[in-house]
Amino acid sequence: MTPDRLTEAVYLVSAVLFILALKFMSEVRTARWGNWAGALGMLLAVAGTLMRPEVTDYRWVALAVVVGSLVGAPMALLMPMTAVPQRTALSHAFGALAAGLVGTAEFYLRGPELNPFFMGVLCLEVLLGYLTFTGSLLAFAKLQELIPTRPIVYPGRNYISLSVLGLGVLTALVLVVNRGPAELFPVLVGAALLFGILLILPIGGADMPTVIAILNSYAGLSSAFMGFLLDNKLLIVAGALDGSSGLILSILMCRAMNRSFTNVLFGAFGRVVVEKAEEGRTVQAYTPEDAAAVLSTARSVIIVTGYGMAASQAQHAVKELADLLMARGVDVKFAIHPVAGRMPGHMNVLLAEAGVPYDLLYEMDEINPLFPETDVALVVGANDITNPAARTKPDSPIYGMPILEVDKARTVIFIKRSLAPGFAGIDNELFYLPQTMMVFGDAKKVLTQIIAALKG
Amino acid sequence: MTEQGDILTNLFIFVLASFLGLELIRHVSRLLHTPLMSLTNAISAIAIVGSILLAGGHHDDLTVALGAVAVAASSANIVGGYLITERILRMFRGRPGR
Repeated sequence: MTPDRLTEAVYLVSAVLFILALKFMSEVRTARWGNWAGALGMLLAVAGTLMRPEVTDYRWVALAVVVGSLVGAPMALLMPMTAVPQRTALSHAFGALAAGLVGTAEFYLRGPELNPFFMGVLCLEVLLGYLTFTGSLLAFAKLQELIPTRPIVYPGRNYISLSVLGLGVLTALVLVVNRGPAELFPVLVGAALLFGILLILPIGGADMPTVIAILNSYAGLSSAFMGFLLDNKLLIVAGALDGSSGLILSILMCRAMNRSFTNVLFGAFGRVVVEKAEEGRTVQAYTPEDAAAVLSTARSVIIVTGYGMAASQAQHAVKELADLLMARGVDVKFAIHPVAGRMPGHMNVLLAEAGVPYDLLYEMDEINPLFPETDVALVVGANDITNPAARTKPDSPIYGMPILEVDKARTVIFIKRSLAPGFAGIDNELFYLPQTMMVFGDAKKVLTQIIAALKG
Repeated sequence: MTEQGDILTNLFIFVLASFLGLELIRHVSRLLHTPLMSLTNAISAIAIVGSILLAGGHHDDLTVALGAVAVAASSANIVGGYLITERILRMFRGRPGR
């Protein structure tokens, strides 16, 4: 077998391993196998590439791998689980940067020889790569709260964003048709970098699950385009798998909010409050001790968690309370809304970290029919995903969004930092219902006080 | 094979792999969406293949430098991606005795 054939064979095995990785990922039982299959596939891909005759100098590769590992490993091992969305955004940025840089280098290496198809693919790779790079960096900054998580809006923003994108596409077209001039290439790069920033600036924290999924898809697609350019089938397969994964996740997220892609990307959802609170409505504020008294007589409790739990690192207190209740014979379940938190599956990970067994976690469709026969719905750090206005008020911005129907439980205990509205910037009808007990304070503190009162 | 033939074969593979991906991901439990994303993230670092060809090939300094940065970025994703996925998956436990 010639070295080239051998490499191709290794790539084939590697592609199969990537497919198996995703297949194993469908169930918790086999998921770790999936991760190992993926890692082995990657190892083979790298080994197969190093065997290729055109790779002659290993020094820079080795140095770069060491540097990359030194950055990647501590991030993965030391980062708290609440910061997983940030890490994910950052890794999208890294992946997209790699694709963009390879595209750039290829342009200067063999730009003039490329036929229009390959030039088009190269331009797409570069455009997607660089816009995902800056977009993901900005998403990281928002998730890390280096910049405000509220949408940053200015007049005419959609026109400005689209003109920048238009400039990029136009430049790409000129490059494809004329195969140059090379001087235009930096314009393409600049437009892509700028568009990435403009795209993410007006997007609010609550829309991050969708945005992260879209960026995931783009990062994969840019790898697939690189595969076309290099005539490398492994890159095409891996990139396509990643691209479709991001696509499915973003569709699921959009559906869970009853919104379209366009609305998420250009709607600036969650701008400062538009709706005025209706006059004369009052909320009933209770103490953690009151909440404990209600919980002590409850026979069934459903716990609903949201980003606020992550923000106050309250997942361990939630688990402690659940254990305490279960030890008293209470039926405890957790309700997980698909877009709760800052990335798909965020709540599942945090509750798993705290040691909540995954068979206590219920998806929205499974748990909603159970609320009417539940004594207490305990809401910790969630807001919009419980707002009955989504069902009842056609003029509400969240109307039509599937929600967790906590208002149907006999009593709702709602732990909240203050009466400020959620990310959608609207009032929650739930607060004013007679069966709702509002307990104000930091989620972790309040839970600790409830636990103490229950024990005492 | 002509260049045109290669393009079509590659498009063929791209389309089939995308459909396969859609089918596979649809069956992933919602419970695992976060580790799924960190895994696909690590897989998309397959861009390291293209990066190695630049950084390890016989090229001018600029190309090698761009390639080396791309290798570093990809390997950060590979190492970090698989490690964090493993860390997350180890936390998922069922109820004892069930």
